[in-house]
Amino acid sequence: MSALTRHIPASHSGLWAGPSRFRSLTEAGVGAFLLLCATITVLTTAGIILVLGLETLEFFEKSKVGLLHFLTGTVLNPEGGKYGILPLIWGTFQVAAGSSVIALPIGLLSAIYLSEYAPSRVRAVLKPALELLAGIPTIVYGYLALLLVTPVLKAIFEPMGIPVSTFNVASACIVVGVMIIPLVSSLSEDVLSAVPRGLREAGYALGATKFEVSTRIVLPAGLSGVMASFILAVSRAIGETMAVVLAAGMRPQITLNPFDSCETMTTYIVSVTGGEASYGSPEYLSLFAVGMALFLSTLALNLLSEIVLRRYREVYR
Amino acid sequence: MSRPASSLYEPHRRIRVLAGPVFGAACFLATLTGVVVLSVLLGSIIATVLHRPGVHPWYDVASNTRDLYEFLKALVTRVRSRDPALAGFRIGIVGSLWLLVLVAVFAIPVGIGAAVFLEEYAPPGRLRRVIQTNIANLAGVPSIVYGILGLALFVRAFGLNRLALGPTLWAGGLTLGLLILPVIVIATQEALRTVPSSLRQAALALGATHWQVIRDHVLPVALPGILTGTILGLSRAIGETAPLLMVGAAGSILRLPRGPGDRYTALPVEIYNYAKEPSAEFSTIAAGGILILVVLLLSMNAVAIFIRNRYSRSVRG
Amino acid sequence: MSLPEIPVVSASSKVPAPSGVPAPSPAPAPVPPEAGPVLAAYHLSVWYGTSLALKDVTIEIPRNQITALIGPSGCGKSTLLRCFNRMNDLIPGARTEGVILCDGKEITSPDTDPVALRRRIGMVFQKPNPFPKSIHENVAWGARINGYRGNMDDLVERSLRRAALWDEVKDKLHRSGMDLSGGQQQRLCIARTLAVEPEVILMDEPCSALDPISTARVEDLMDDLKSEYTIVIVTHNMQQARRVSDMTACLMLDEDSRDKNRIGVIAEFSSTDLLFTNPKDPRTEAYITGRIG
Ligand SMILES: Nc1ncnc2c1ncn2[C@@H]1O[C@H](COP(=O)(O)OP(=O)(O)OP(=O)(O)O)[C@@H](O)[C@H]1O
Ligand SMILES: [Mg+2]
Repeated sequence: MSALTRHIPASHSGLWAGPSRFRSLTEAGVGAFLLLCATITVLTTAGIILVLGLETLEFFEKSKVGLLHFLTGTVLNPEGGKYGILPLIWGTFQVAAGSSVIALPIGLLSAIYLSEYAPSRVRAVLKPALELLAGIPTIVYGYLALLLVTPVLKAIFEPMGIPVSTFNVASACIVVGVMIIPLVSSLSEDVLSAVPRGLREAGYALGATKFEVSTRIVLPAGLSGVMASFILAVSRAIGETMAVVLAAGMRPQITLNPFDSCETMTTYIVSVTGGEASYGSPEYLSLFAVGMALFLSTLALNLLSEIVLRRYREVYR
Repeated sequence: MSRPASSLYEPHRRIRVLAGPVFGAACFLATLTGVVVLSVLLGSIIATVLHRPGVHPWYDVASNTRDLYEFLKALVTRVRSRDPALAGFRIGIVGSLWLLVLVAVFAIPVGIGAAVFLEEYAPPGRLRRVIQTNIANLAGVPSIVYGILGLALFVRAFGLNRLALGPTLWAGGLTLGLLILPVIVIATQEALRTVPSSLRQAALALGATHWQVIRDHVLPVALPGILTGTILGLSRAIGETAPLLMVGAAGSILRLPRGPGDRYTALPVEIYNYAKEPSAEFSTIAAGGILILVVLLLSMNAVAIFIRNRYSRSVRG
Repeated sequence: MSLPEIPVVSASSKVPAPSGVPAPSPAPAPVPPEAGPVLAAYHLSVWYGTSLALKDVTIEIPRNQITALIGPSGCGKSTLLRCFNRMNDLIPGARTEGVILCDGKEITSPDTDPVALRRRIGMVFQKPNPFPKSIHENVAWGARINGYRGNMDDLVERSLRRAALWDEVKDKLHRSGMDLSGGQQQRLCIARTLAVEPEVILMDEPCSALDPISTARVEDLMDDLKSEYTIVIVTHNMQQARRVSDMTACLMLDEDSRDKNRIGVIAEFSSTDLLFTNPKDPRTEAYITGRIG
């Protein structure tokens, strides 16, 4: 003790209360709380898997539908006890594919513009604008489909003798596509602008034009990151609910006609909740089985995107 | 000095020089689609709201603005009705505000806590990797799946009626809280990573405990980033519709919720219910609700983006 | 008083015999703390993950003197310094073997509270790292978390005066510490360290970011502080070591293992005058005369 205090002027030494007695208690308490918080996120995943898993099992038990028939059956009619979700898978695929056709090229081009062409002041305006766009709730896009997109489609195609129904796949593809553009462009832009400056300069030093540098050097360098953003966008389109409910309706059918209505996995879940299915009935339980299919497909895509992205990161470390 | 150009090189300068601007223009137009969509969207919705009997010409901005204001004020004060002339969003708006509070109380501390645990407490290794991957995947789970989770876990509690919360604000708030948890965690983690480690070392070298360092130095420096992520997360929660449909935010509630244990409805759910109605009057009401929702969310997001851009430079040193 | 106590652990009982390293010498005879070295390391080895950074270092830091650590880059000077206040605990994978004593008490044992230890052994870093807070708060924060009960404004003023910074900042104590110049920032960091009244101050190249004038002020300051504090300073500046220090330790990279890992060892440790005028170790001589390093 004496050794510790000797060098501190005597007048001061009494002034140090030392750490409070609760210090280690606080430390432990805080640590426990933080661990709890992190645990909640893990429990959420566990909860999702548990809920979907248990109720899906119960569905297969009660409805006596085989897994294969569930996935490949072409008739979905809960009142009649028919649970083939192929129409849902088809609808989901149509919406995802159609919206990707719109969103991926536009998103990529705008990412290239933002990272390669835009002067910094333009960029400073456009980037936040795109982010704002990403903050518009999906119900708004659904409403827009009803209000604007479908009437426009009707005005264009009905004079040609092609009937367009009020709820149709095409307008769902358009609004979902527009909705995921900001996702594609902002994720891709992050990847492209992270491509090292030296690579671009090497290209210019060889006499390449800006176009060539953008498409043959920057884009290939960031390709797997761009792919990852594409995959995420597709996953988002698959999981989209409200825009599709209002745009494409809820009629489970397998059709190639983009102006007819369809039902996706998400909209089926909404229709069951909104309907009269009683708690515990096979129809009610079927929403969990469809939810499981939805969860697994988006999970697979998200994992895939993460793997692709990790490869991109490895190249640049 | 100059050498004769070798005949082996064919630079195709014309084509290459032409391709550049064309491509640049395409990229620019692609970027503009976002902005165009935003304006078309807001424009068409405002036009719908104004396009009621007794309109002024569109250039009469003053009377139109007054009109719009009167209409929105009426919507805010009225409740759901079968008569379009009396219909409004009062119950839904109050419900959404309740949800906002509940979500904030749950998700902000848990989200920040989980992020602090991951960045500051968890030793690098298996545990941290598992939680990290888990959060990345949660961020990609479709919102309707959270609705299913909320339905089974909070509303029904697997059929255990003693524990079930029923279709109450509690259930809705917790569901949305889980939904935005990954948003807050990821944003907070990014903010924490920008805090220079020299700051932590300086504080530790003075004899501070782990938690004192985080409380007094790390969190204050990371605050703008955390705030941005939190606001973006909350605005996402306010705009969500699909999970609320699952956890029982029915549209036909006619009195204000008196507490978090009460039944409720939310603004986007009411918009959905009005938008489903085929009549044009209800469509106008829905447009008015969307205007309220979009203005609220866009201003929240604008604040969030502003905070981030303003404080994005990290601490020197 | 109520200074944080560090639990007494007998030095010999806790040390695992380091493999490949000579067994530790028997615990130094319990000398009265006032007479013995304030800090001492015996047969200290440090690993980062699997790579050995510092091997079998034995050094005794005398009380109320300035000890300089010199040596080529990467030879483990910072590593050694950071062992003394257990800042290496914060690096995942860092591991030490051997004995480190502070006033005769072992500090590497798990029951020593590193938080209390760091309060007694302050540290000034190579790059000035003030908190992004007001100048006043920069100085007061450490004292506050350590439960200082006296008048805080007095303490801030006293610390800033001791760090020779008071006159420059007395009118802008509420301004951010980040707004100061690099040299002022470094003195603010020293004031911040003084405010918790440590016994030892570890300085890791404190002047490397400073101009000659600021450097001279910091050196003067160290000379002043010597009467009350023990100072250990790492420096690449041979002149500085000669000017300010009483004792000098010269660390070197072990020559035998040049193949893959280069391992830091102590080549020579003696009084500064002796080491610079009459180095015993040829490597030291080569280093201080500028032929290697
Ligand atoms: N955090 C760390 N992780 C892994 N290895 C490290 C770490 N810090 C230092 N090392 C290694 O330990 C050895 C000694 O490093 P140290 O920083 O102590 O050197 P130094 O003598 O202070 O050098 P300098 O004069 O350049 O500051 C080096 O080989 C270095 O690579
Ligand atoms: Mg060093």
